[in-house]
Amino acid sequence: MSTVLTRTTGVNNGRAVGNMRRSRRSKRGMLFGLLAWVIGLIFVAPVLWMILTSFHSETSAATNPPSLFAPLTLDGYANFFGASTGASPWPALINSAQASIISTLLVLALSIPAAYALSIRPVRKWSDVMFFFLTTKMLPMVAGLLPIYLIAKATGLLDSIVLLVILYTSMNLPIAVWMMRSFLSEIPIEILEAASIDGASLLTIFRRIIIPISGPGIAATSLICFIFSWNELLFASVLTSTQAITAPVFLTSFVTSQGLFLAKVCAAAVAVSFPVLVAGFAAQDKLVQGLSLGAVK
Amino acid sequence: MSTVAQSQSSIPNRGAAPRKNSKALQRASGWVRRAPLLPALIFLILVTQLPFVFTVIISFISWNSLYPNNVKFGGFSNYVNVFTDQTMRTSVVTTIILTVVVVVVSAILGLVIALLLDRKFFGRGFVRTIMIAPFLIVPVAAALLWKHALFNPEYGLFNGVLNWAFGLFHLTAPQPDWISNQPLISVETALIWQWTPFMMLILLAGLQSRPLDVVEAAQMDGASAWQTFRYMTLPHMRRYIELAALLGSIYVVQNFDAVFTITSGGLGTANLPYTIYQQFFQAHDYGAASAAGVIVVIGSILIATFALRTVSTLLKEENR
Repeated sequence: MSTVLTRTTGVNNGRAVGNMRRSRRSKRGMLFGLLAWVIGLIFVAPVLWMILTSFHSETSAATNPPSLFAPLTLDGYANFFGASTGASPWPALINSAQASIISTLLVLALSIPAAYALSIRPVRKWSDVMFFFLTTKMLPMVAGLLPIYLIAKATGLLDSIVLLVILYTSMNLPIAVWMMRSFLSEIPIEILEAASIDGASLLTIFRRIIIPISGPGIAATSLICFIFSWNELLFASVLTSTQAITAPVFLTSFVTSQGLFLAKVCAAAVAVSFPVLVAGFAAQDKLVQGLSLGAVK
Repeated sequence: MSTVAQSQSSIPNRGAAPRKNSKALQRASGWVRRAPLLPALIFLILVTQLPFVFTVIISFISWNSLYPNNVKFGGFSNYVNVFTDQTMRTSVVTTIILTVVVVVVSAILGLVIALLLDRKFFGRGFVRTIMIAPFLIVPVAAALLWKHALFNPEYGLFNGVLNWAFGLFHLTAPQPDWISNQPLISVETALIWQWTPFMMLILLAGLQSRPLDVVEAAQMDGASAWQTFRYMTLPHMRRYIELAALLGSIYVVQNFDAVFTITSGGLGTANLPYTIYQQFFQAHDYGAASAAGVIVVIGSILIATFALRTVSTLLKEENR
């Protein structure tokens, strides 16, 4: 992020030429800047429209041409939280939070030691192991859906948070291992050697050196795992019904065929996306690192 | 996990020659090294690999859950059904088109936007932040937003804006039914909107890792902007573009949310994940769904081996 701000444009060779060039360049630069603004606004417009509509009444949300300055109301949110139907979204939101947070913690507990064994004290053929992790990510999850359904049914795990936690952990584990490996391999080996010579146990090395140094990396990994778990729809919609229903599944059941529902749906979409939006905006740089499996620093 | 063994064999440098220990010690240290890896590895094999074994087995069984008394060995009949099934073949083509279009268009758009954001201008940080927003909307929510708030022919934003713009000139605005007219393009548009920020983020990070002194030297030597881009930026960006495309494809191939929400797989937009879901959930044909799953897996392995070669260059470069 900080490197963004330290970019120098324009090179001086001869003052006159430099000035001329600079003015031409700055004019073009302004044009490009303007273009970036326009594109940025186009991309964010649907999100702003969604937020605006969520504060409109159902009737003013459904006008054509759109009523941009219609009076604002919280009715959409009130309806989402069950004012008209009595169906509260809280169980679904809490289920989603539980499944996402617990699976993220589990992913960290499994991936940090694994990353240690793949970077700091690497096993033989560690790169093969890395590829194995990545290939599991490339196999479409949908192909395993039926056996997972049947096994869950046989073991009584159907419609339970435990099942979602297990699946989300396996879904995110390969990404987390890749990310954590790239973060751990940045730790200077000398520090670890010194600690080891001083007789520090593995646990101490983890607690005192590895975890603190790779803290930002762990944060990036957690963020990505949380977002992907929170967003997941396919498994949640097949494997849950009433007890463990998650927020995305709740959202799909929200569209009715009768009456106006646009404001309500927008309010629901904003509410369900809210945790991800907050976390993502707060940790933009982490997002980049995480999405590139740690390959981009 | 014995701490004694660990402190005895000191932590090796990566890439350093193995120390000459006795064979017994080496074996012990091998298991000490493997131990932290095993929980993750075993967990992953149990949860992601084992189900596939069952999928393969079920794919050879003629099994429709609506007829539980008629479960029998079916040989290759499920595969024959899948290959002769028109919807299945169409969905393979749809999956390929959907993935290629979304990944290519969002990668190109992402590169253009990353190049724009790489320059200094007023409010750059802010523009970068708002550009990320589409990626941070929960996919189902985004799909609902596009279907109902934007594409809807009666009260969607697109037709609303058309109506308003034509109204300025006292003309009658066309009010197309976007999703019915162009179902696949509608789904693709919504997905491109979500994935362009992802591509942009990775490519922007790539641009910023470019060695600046070389670029400046080239400019000093009179290289034009296009020459700098073509011969310096683009070669440097190649691995980042490959990485973005690879990761994008992994996720877009498996897309379910947008197809499920925007068109419910109708109008020729059903991709493989949706078709398998449907076969399993609506037709209750477990055998055929599994056979389709196996075919998807084989297809993915073919694509993956190709894609992995790309990633391996990344890994090698990192190790030097």
